[in-house]
Amino acid sequence: MGYHWNWGIFWEPSPEGNGTYLDMLIQGLWTTLLTAACAWAIALTIGTVIGVLRTVPLRAVQWVAVAWIELFRNMPVLVQLFLWYFVFPEVLPPSWGVWLKQLPNAAFLTAVVGIGFFMSARVAVQISSGIEALPSGQRAAATALGLTTAQTYRYVLLPMAFRIVLPPMTSDLLSTIKTTSIALTIGLGELTARARAMQEFSYQVFEAYTAATLVYLAINLILTLAARWLEARVRLPGYGKA
Amino acid sequence: MSSFDFEEIHRSLGYLFFDGMRFTLTLTFLAALGGVVLGTILAIIRQSGSRLLSSIAAGYVNLVRALPLVLVIFWFYFLVPYLGQWLTGATRPVHVGGFASALITFIAFEAAYFSEIVRAGIASIPRGQEAAAMALGLRSSQAMRYVILPQVFRIMLPVLLTQTIVLFQDTSLVYVLSITDFLGAAAQIAERDGRLVEMYSFVAVVYFVFSFTASQGVRRLRAHIAVPH
Repeated sequence: MGYHWNWGIFWEPSPEGNGTYLDMLIQGLWTTLLTAACAWAIALTIGTVIGVLRTVPLRAVQWVAVAWIELFRNMPVLVQLFLWYFVFPEVLPPSWGVWLKQLPNAAFLTAVVGIGFFMSARVAVQISSGIEALPSGQRAAATALGLTTAQTYRYVLLPMAFRIVLPPMTSDLLSTIKTTSIALTIGLGELTARARAMQEFSYQVFEAYTAATLVYLAINLILTLAARWLEARVRLPGYGKA
Repeated sequence: MSSFDFEEIHRSLGYLFFDGMRFTLTLTFLAALGGVVLGTILAIIRQSGSRLLSSIAAGYVNLVRALPLVLVIFWFYFLVPYLGQWLTGATRPVHVGGFASALITFIAFEAAYFSEIVRAGIASIPRGQEAAAMALGLRSSQAMRYVILPQVFRIMLPVLLTQTIVLFQDTSLVYVLSITDFLGAAAQIAERDGRLVEMYSFVAVVYFVFSFTASQGVRRLRAHIAVPH
């Protein structure tokens, strides 16, 4: 094959002039992790609220939750990012739009909000199916004990539902991390973007993408193990695997 | 912001749908077909007795599922010409067009996800079915072909179709290769005419209508074909 391997490339200075190619990828990794963490916080918060609303015994409220889920689930996440980045500032009052476009880290904020909202729909589906998986006697028992609806969710339904949906939520968290790579289209310097830049500067295509691949694999492995530990940690006696 | 220019969308419809959407739908259809076939093969290999083959298949599936699609697109964009060189014995990397590169990428990527669906389907079939097939004198491959897989595809059809809707949305990522899919076509017009608001809003609405309609269809199908317990 006509390809010249050069694994030493990582220790060579990048043409950006602030460190080696390795430093470039490490910066990308931090951006990926920071973006994903912020987006996940949004997804988890909104997703839990919407997931709960979908199971509340009120038609109108359920409808709002379903509308939210369908809205964010049925558009490609890349298109959603473009809506936030290019369209949203234009439909705001002009002064707000200008302020928004002049924010120093607009790409980061767009990625956090865009990916956070996109993932919130998936989290909401998980949470509501977790609640629905509980025997209806749980809700009835809580009511019989005199708990209000809010208390029923807070003390009875949600603690159980979260435990049930922990495994699928782990894969949603991993999706969030992978999805941050889409923000390279709006100029966010996350891991895939940095590997791509390294490839463009150095022409060492396969070294750059191998490095990124290994980092994503490591993230996956660490989080999968952490989730397994957490599942064992929060498991209730008498529920789930012994 | 100048007022929303519907005329701009109207003028672009031909390019958006005949060039862009046709590419998107062709890619979705062929990638789903290829992905299901390759995914089924991977799932069968994982069930097979061979320790080595099944761990290679499992390794591939887990590797691909750990990576962002964008990175996989870049990987294949550079890898496919070398693979072509290797397969054809050419002296230099083979030139591969945008469509072929995208199609190979999506088949290879989606196969990992489809394979997990098929594997879950195979696991859901009671073991007695295979035993009964064996007792009737079927070989293991015949049992898979005539007894297990037909049930797997029936049970898993809604999930496979839902994954295809995800695939339909994911094809928009060929944007990173500057290919003229539906989003790519809209992006070109948006930048040429400075009409980002119109084009991206329209694209979002069209994707939403397609995906929402399809997912409602899948929901109806799910109720229709549910196997009574």
